[in-house]
Amino acid sequence: MVTIRDLMKALSITNLTKTYSNGNQALKGIDLSVESGDFYALLGPNGAGKTTAIGIVTSLVNKSGGEVEVFGHSIDSELEAAKACIGIVPQEVNLNLWESVGNIVRNQAGYYGLHGKLAKQRVEKYLRALRLWDRRDHIARSLSGGMKRRLMIARALVHEPRLLILDEPTAGVDIEIRRSMWEFLQEINEAGTTIILTTHYLEEAESLCRHIAIIDEGRIIEDARMSDVLRKLQREVFVLSLTEELPEAPALDGFMARLRGDRELEVEKGPDCDLNDLFVQLNARNIHVSSLRNKANRLEELFMRLVDSKQQEAEL
Amino acid sequence: MNIRLNVVAAKTIIRKEIVRVLRIWVQTIVPPAITMTLYFIIFGNLIGRRIGSMDGFDYMQYIAPGLIMMSVITNSYGNVVSSFFGAKFGRHIEEMLVAPMSYATIIIGHVAGGVLRGLLVGLLVTIIALFFTRLTVAHPLVVVLTPLTYLGGVFYSISMLPEFWQNVSKANPILYMVNAFRYGILGTSDISIGHAYAILIVFVVVLFTSCMYLMQRGIGIRE
Repeated sequence: MVTIRDLMKALSITNLTKTYSNGNQALKGIDLSVESGDFYALLGPNGAGKTTAIGIVTSLVNKSGGEVEVFGHSIDSELEAAKACIGIVPQEVNLNLWESVGNIVRNQAGYYGLHGKLAKQRVEKYLRALRLWDRRDHIARSLSGGMKRRLMIARALVHEPRLLILDEPTAGVDIEIRRSMWEFLQEINEAGTTIILTTHYLEEAESLCRHIAIIDEGRIIEDARMSDVLRKLQREVFVLSLTEELPEAPALDGFMARLRGDRELEVEKGPDCDLNDLFVQLNARNIHVSSLRNKANRLEELFMRLVDSKQQEAEL
Repeated sequence: MNIRLNVVAAKTIIRKEIVRVLRIWVQTIVPPAITMTLYFIIFGNLIGRRIGSMDGFDYMQYIAPGLIMMSVITNSYGNVVSSFFGAKFGRHIEEMLVAPMSYATIIIGHVAGGVLRGLLVGLLVTIIALFFTRLTVAHPLVVVLTPLTYLGGVFYSISMLPEFWQNVSKANPILYMVNAFRYGILGTSDISIGHAYAILIVFVVVLFTSCMYLMQRGIGIRE
């Protein structure tokens, strides 16, 4: 049965500002709205204000102004109720490295009021899910970097929060573990948990998230559905590996081609062209392609364009 | 406030503190027990024989309650400080700050954990003789607490002090704790027991309120 709480925004941020004591204005009045059940990406370069925004939502940073509501609970008037809805996986490891893995997760359960059999069940459930159950008696210091990240996820999930916030959870994690973490996050999102993710791996946001906000210098410069954002991309660049050397880049109708070394051709494709047309033209010129790859991550390209256009606006 | 949640959270902090104390017992229990045993030997046995009796008790007998109480106080205080500041510098204090328990629960949990360590060490001080040769590793914050213990009437009756130092001693909460405990053990005290408890309650209220203020403002723990 759908309740009114379910229909509420998971997170609503209005005109949020933060100025640190050293005068640094980290947030310049941001507005964000995250639907319940969404998988939301918050992207931005270092120092853009992502971690500050998350810190305020989780009450680790004092805000200078604005409003924050978590599932309808204001962090000003209902802080404890708001906190109970959130699970946080911070960017930096903040584990007690001398504490055992099992105790870390069990203590966190206790801080959220879970005890006895239920706490034990939850600890086992999430340590098994994050493949750490065999390590439950080991101290956190003995874990690898990837295991520490997984432990922080298990700790954040033990009270089964309705909103899970992950601040660059896969930084420094190898590809295999990163993929398995993605699968796990998709599973819990499908089970109903709203997820907000900040990441430097733009591929991660593109693979996982349905909604994206881009923050730069304390301001939101893009906030839209992922599909709408990707549709905005006008051009894509492909790198073709050729079977034979070319003396110069061929002139191709509807495409911009330039040589990258002897046997690599970089081709920029417009929105109205398709790759079949490209290959027809290459065949006609007896140019054979052994492999093809997308040059830039599409989101990365978008991100750079947005940041550049903002800078140009500022200069004008 | 969700009382049930806060009770569970407080129990969790106390359990965490006990696990910590027992996990590093070589640092938390052994050194203070040795230190206090040395106090007994040096002040009680060697120097005490030259001092003679005090308030009708031999010197060893007179200082025993003070030494026990001093070990309880310094270890309680040291435990809260090392645990809380260790959590702050290791950043795992964030585990508690993001949770929906009240700041009062965080304070009470840590104070209770500290008191339990103090009582454990205090118990050992009463039963341990000179079995160890290692000296304690002094905690930097003890620099603040140790001078207080010397004006706390552990080793003497404050009536033996000049009037100025008697007045300074009366501003020291340890004086009231030591004398209340001595009153319980020996039946003698520099301060009336009712007065001692009243002063201690005032100290508890003022210090707890100060801690709550610091936690709510996030001074030193939130930017």
